Amino acid sequence: MAEIQGKTLRDVQVGESATVRRLSGEGALKRHIMDMGITKGVGVYVRKVAPLGDPIEVTVRGYELSLRKSEAECILVD
Amino acid sequence: MGICIALAGNPNCGKTTMFNDLTGANQYVGNWPGVTVEKKEGKYTRDKDVTITDLPGIYSLSPYSPEEIVARDYLLEGGPDAVINLVDATNLERNLYLTSQILNLGIPVVIALNMMDLVEKNGDKIDVDGLSRELGCPIVPTSALKGRGMEDVVKAAIDAARAEKAPASQMKFDAAVEEALVKIEGVLGDKVSPNAARWYAIKLFEAEDKTIADLKLSQADLDAISAIRTSIEDKLDDDAESIITAERYDAISHVMGKTVKRTRTGLTTSQKIDRVVTNRWLGLPIFIVIMFFVYWLAVSVGGGVVTDWANDGISGDGWLYTGNAAFDEATEEYEDAHSQVVTYVENILGEDEESELPSDASQEVLDALAAEEPEAPEDDADADAVAEYEDAMAEYEEAQAIVADFDEQAQASHAVATMEVEDEDGNVEEQSITFADYQKALEVEEPDPSDGTWGLWIPGLGAIIADAMEAADVAPWLQSLVNDGIVSGVGAVIGFIPQMVILFLLLGILELCGYMSRVAFIMDRIFRKFGLSGKSFIPMLIASGCGVPAVMSTKTIENEMDRRMTIMTTTMIPCGAKMPIIALVFGALASGDSSATWYVAPMFYFLGVIAIILSGIMLKKTKLFAGEATPFVMELPEYHMPTVKSILLSMWERVKGYIIKAGTIIFLSTIVIWFLMNFGDAGEGFGLLDPDAPDYMEHSLMAGLGNLLAWIFAPLGFDNWQATATAVTGLVAKENVVATVGIITQLADYGEADPQLWFGFLQMLGGSTAAVVAFCAFNLLCAPCFAAMGTIRQQQNSPKWFWITIGYLCGFAWCVGTMLYQFVGLATGEVEFNVFTVVAIVIAAAMLFQIFRPMPKREEKQEK
Repeated sequence: MAEIQGKTLRDVQVGESATVRRLSGEGALKRHIMDMGITKGVGVYVRKVAPLGDPIEVTVRGYELSLRKSEAECILVD
Repeated sequence: MGICIALAGNPNCGKTTMFNDLTGANQYVGNWPGVTVEKKEGKYTRDKDVTITDLPGIYSLSPYSPEEIVARDYLLEGGPDAVINLVDATNLERNLYLTSQILNLGIPVVIALNMMDLVEKNGDKIDVDGLSRELGCPIVPTSALKGRGMEDVVKAAIDAARAEKAPASQMKFDAAVEEALVKIEGVLGDKVSPNAARWYAIKLFEAEDKTIADLKLSQADLDAISAIRTSIEDKLDDDAESIITAERYDAISHVMGKTVKRTRTGLTTSQKIDRVVTNRWLGLPIFIVIMFFVYWLAVSVGGGVVTDWANDGISGDGWLYTGNAAFDEATEEYEDAHSQVVTYVENILGEDEESELPSDASQEVLDALAAEEPEAPEDDADADAVAEYEDAMAEYEEAQAIVADFDEQAQASHAVATMEVEDEDGNVEEQSITFADYQKALEVEEPDPSDGTWGLWIPGLGAIIADAMEAADVAPWLQSLVNDGIVSGVGAVIGFIPQMVILFLLLGILELCGYMSRVAFIMDRIFRKFGLSGKSFIPMLIASGCGVPAVMSTKTIENEMDRRMTIMTTTMIPCGAKMPIIALVFGALASGDSSATWYVAPMFYFLGVIAIILSGIMLKKTKLFAGEATPFVMELPEYHMPTVKSILLSMWERVKGYIIKAGTIIFLSTIVIWFLMNFGDAGEGFGLLDPDAPDYMEHSLMAGLGNLLAWIFAPLGFDNWQATATAVTGLVAKENVVATVGIITQLADYGEADPQLWFGFLQMLGGSTAAVVAFCAFNLLCAPCFAAMGTIRQQQNSPKWFWITIGYLCGFAWCVGTMLYQFVGLATGEVEFNVFTVVAIVIAAAMLFQIFRPMPKREEKQEK
């Protein structure tokens, strides 16, 4: 959990995919992100950015999920 | 013996539709995560011994959100005999995540594999029997939308409940984790039921506080479990919670690999729609067009035409059903003629320089012209009636004499008045009015829509009731109570129903088809800065029409804090009923010179918007709304065509709530306000006041109350009972503000667009511009009408939050009013520097501090 550096989901360009390495942070937010299917090893496709630049829409486990860029920062990817 | 079946599943998987189908209950269905916040119960229509409980839609059984806690507590402690787990087959992977947790609970489970028809249409194949073997429980394919497979599911659940057979899932985790779970089960021993042992073992492995607290294990047991957990955490280099979540999803992927065949490639329909609808460039324009359309239909068409119709029909005199065009033309003709008369009289007898109103002499003639010949009493023997008739006749003859005098004077003067007339193309022409024109204009009679010459006239409910009571010789106080109190109060509320029906039909469609989540996605960026949600936009847009549906539409905001904040601030937007107040103030400030003060009306809209933004920023930093920023990790559900039935149900559910309230809270409050306004002591002992007597309001209880409360408004520049009473009556309906000003200034026959009333209103407030502005600001921002307050009470669903909302609105309105009066007054020289100026400066400083200070760091709400 000490790992703060590294590429996060926020850094992934629209139209690209990434594999989740781990989640930083803790508590309800982290658990909620995991419950929604973003767990270690899953592939995430960044589909688009909202018209005003935030939040983003990703496809994970076959459905569409929206999350803010600040929340995408908690998701470390390869 | 009765059987209890719980209905569990993800949000948006068709659960509520299924519940409605099974129980026949009219329950609200929404294509929105978290619509069902409380669990709801119903009896199975085919077997009344079976109770079905609809749990809130959840993604997981982790105890973090209120919905999850409700569902979890019911499953663990509510003792259901079986669980029907509704699974969206088009989104199997994530749906099975919840299933994998429910299977651990040790309760018999039946899976309803919903939307199977869509899966087949997409060309995918699910091996239902194989999946059933892997999960260790029966699976029934269903279509909740089409009502298919419902009976089979319930039958399977009843069988499972009777057999008391716990699911035997084949889903296994990583060997090391399985080993750890077995060890923990060993530590637990017989402290928990054997069927649920795996559930508790997993929860203890995750070190979940709630489970640890509930089980009350000994310290030695906890230490042993802790050691097992640490060794696995070290081995897999992750925390226990992440390990379990990942293991569950991995197990699901494994099961799906064996049982699901996908043939679909490329974009889904929803993805194709979203390529346009939430497009980086097209998203906002499309959103604006859709919102404009909703607003136009609900507020302009619904609020204008339909609500006017309902208001006229219920509480008004009545409604002209046909022949409107001819009637409007006649009305216009009459108005032209009337202004010719006024101009001509003013030309001869002068007008008041300051107010641009007719001078006293002119007014006398105009009043005399309006006098009508009284009707002779039917019964000559009735001495009272005869005396009354004789008095009226004398008055009428006096008026005739005045008119005759004026005519003589006018004819002798050969005066020709000029009047500016605008023709159809907007060109202004001068029209001269001679004595002959004046006489001709007098001949034009005001058209009466109810006299049968214009078309089909349907008298209003109010008029019918009034006539009926008159005929039945009902006591005058009761007539007054029913007509002025109940019919006009409750009628105003019921008048909104057509508008609400249109609005909620539209919102229902947007919500059920899945667009509402996209609204949040598009608007989130703007609104989260003020502590609001992207979905707050819709209530605020609607609030410009009416606060009641606006507050009701906050129901689509699933986050509690966002919802409460939106409810607190949304009525600050001036609603349709506040328009006459703005028009009145506009008139009083501008004295009819609209070109110089055109900015007054838009200014009050900006005031509303700015008040919301500032309130959001300030409230967010208070203890009430403290806590982590609301997460926005949200599913964007697939679009689908809603059924007509579900749209109608969602509309009816909301409109019903509103109607019930109109019948209770609002009914009572209108009676109280009526009592305050019509009872008092006019020197003949306490009793009903005569509304025909001049200044009757002065003796009413309302005046007394106004006097008692007037000191509160001293800093705002209107510390008299009149202004206070006006604000109080505004609580019934904001339309009453102008009506009360009319009654108090005895200009009740004049509308808010009439200079007479502007002038009277200005005088009521001591002729101060600053006080007029402060009065308007206070009435626009303070607690809304009873109808809206009732809705707030219902939506906040907590007395504490209701009073916080009302208190905040009134307090904020008072602060803004004080600042406006003091600062505007100082600037215009109407106010001397006084102690309240200091108060206003302190308020301004406090607000600025709260707005600009950084977000206070607060202790974590839930210390571990």
